[in-house]
Amino acid sequence: MTAIYKREVKSFLTSMIGYVFIAFLLAVAGIYFSAYHLQGLYTQFSYTLQGMLFVFLIAVPILSMRVLAEERKTRTDQLLLTSPVSVSGIVLGKYLALVTIFLIPVLILMLYPLILTQFGTVSLRTAYTALFGFFLLGCSFLSIGLFLSSVTESQVIAAVLTFAVLLACYLSQGIASFFPETAAASFLAFLLFGAVLALALYYMTRHTLLSVITFAAVDGVFIVLYVLNSSLYEGLIQKLFDILDITALFYEFSNGILDLTGFVYYLSIIFIFLFLTVQSIQKRRWS
Amino acid sequence: MIEVNHLVKRYGNTLAVDDLSFTVEEGQIYGFLGPNGAGKSTTMNIMTGYIAPTSGEVSIDGHNILEEPEEARKCIGYLPEIPPLYTDMTVEEYLAFAAELKKIPKGKIRGMMDEIMNITGLLEMRSRLIRNLSKGYRQRTGLAQAILGYPKIIILDEPMVGLDPKQIIEIRDLIRELGKNHTVILSSHILSEVSAVCDQIMIISHGKLAANDTPENLEKLMEGSNTLNLTVKGDALSLQRILKQTEGILSCSVTSSEEKEALDVVIKTETGLDLREQLFYLLADLKMPILSLQQSRVSLETVFLELTGEEPSESPEKPAAEPASDSDERSEDQ
Repeated sequence: MTAIYKREVKSFLTSMIGYVFIAFLLAVAGIYFSAYHLQGLYTQFSYTLQGMLFVFLIAVPILSMRVLAEERKTRTDQLLLTSPVSVSGIVLGKYLALVTIFLIPVLILMLYPLILTQFGTVSLRTAYTALFGFFLLGCSFLSIGLFLSSVTESQVIAAVLTFAVLLACYLSQGIASFFPETAAASFLAFLLFGAVLALALYYMTRHTLLSVITFAAVDGVFIVLYVLNSSLYEGLIQKLFDILDITALFYEFSNGILDLTGFVYYLSIIFIFLFLTVQSIQKRRWS
Repeated sequence: MIEVNHLVKRYGNTLAVDDLSFTVEEGQIYGFLGPNGAGKSTTMNIMTGYIAPTSGEVSIDGHNILEEPEEARKCIGYLPEIPPLYTDMTVEEYLAFAAELKKIPKGKIRGMMDEIMNITGLLEMRSRLIRNLSKGYRQRTGLAQAILGYPKIIILDEPMVGLDPKQIIEIRDLIRELGKNHTVILSSHILSEVSAVCDQIMIISHGKLAANDTPENLEKLMEGSNTLNLTVKGDALSLQRILKQTEGILSCSVTSSEEKEALDVVIKTETGLDLREQLFYLLADLKMPILSLQQSRVSLETVFLELTGEEPSESPEKPAAEPASDSDERSEDQ
């Protein structure tokens, strides 16, 4: 794992990608910082971080696209997967390298609130809590990027997929507002979800009975719940989209609240996507 | 050392490896021989744990490759068909990375790297970027990576590809040298390469093991069916009848020749039997003049072609058997 981690960090810093990522992040941070704080004279550093959230949309795919896709393309994965290292070790080494590269601009951003203290009173605790949230958010996005890089051989496809998924996260609030909030609408959506799940299962396993049972069981539960207590379904679609909105919890941090929910939420996302990455590499072995 | 049991690998509807079983003994050099697409690389990829078989199992030094992957892989050095090189690293960096991956103790890495770069002839290329190396040197870097740590088993998938004749001889000597202390398995579709270095040859065809023997034995196997090619002037039917009555002839085929009124005859005889004189007198008595008579001894090349022919041989251990005679004829004519 350490061998892979070291190689990966070095490779980011000997090629352009690492520097492009760092420079892009810092450039955007610089623009927002001078606009909000140096000219606008705001003391809340989190404004900068909130303003520059969109950088992840572009910066994360740049950094994560090649990390596993390229290994597959150049067949170097054959070296890694036939050496006495576990797949989770490989994935963890790669992920920690991504986090390390991301940590560099975050460390530089840590200086910015200190600059502000020169001009007046600044709540450093709020500023650093916000920055911590920013870091956690970035780490979650990087784990998504890592996973999507493992599903394809092409860096371009990996980058586009990552961009699309991140965009969906950013827009999830907007998408949610299109749906009606009534219980009936949510109920229908969930029934549909059951059907899609069963279809997906059938597509993957080609097992008719299993899919039918899943469909009956899942939709059965939904129907029973609806009959028993239909108010459960009110606004459920919106709640679901709220969960998928990865950025939402960052705003808690940016208000200076060290939120345990947010912390656990981000760690879970990282864990889930690292797990999926390991599974997607393992799965390829069997196909 | 290595045990492969009923290995099957299926890609969709194509069967890449079809119920392959063999054992590999310690301290020998094995050669996988087979035409392109015979399943050599797939088999090697399964043996090293890169891909999993559809069914069947592989155990390396007592460790099942799927159940105890790390233990099993520690015993293996592997050079895949395409050397797995990071082109943005120098040869030295790459080997140091590979050494760390293989968990070679820190103190030993330096010395071992120098030694291996020396024997693979990479010393003067040590600080060059792999991106800028020629195919031959890339191949050597891959080979150096496989030897690193001196694992018990070294698996090389087409190690000679892309090397010039001088390098081939060097690598061949190197493999022979390695074979003294290690088990080496190499694959190739070129016969001379395999017969030059290997103690044991496994011929793979259509995902099946067609033969598994020493090069000498494989040749002997075929010597059992010495072939005689004749061109005879005369009547086809009576000739066939007479030949069938002659003792020592296993099979014969009579076809009309390109020459006028002549027949081409291919006769297979029993082991160590020389029928030339007898045939001469026999056919002379019958007033069927022999226009040409030629004895062809079967080479390893023929064994290979015969065993890997279009139709998989029915009885792999006895390639001299009847069904294979067609492909043999073809090869003799050319």
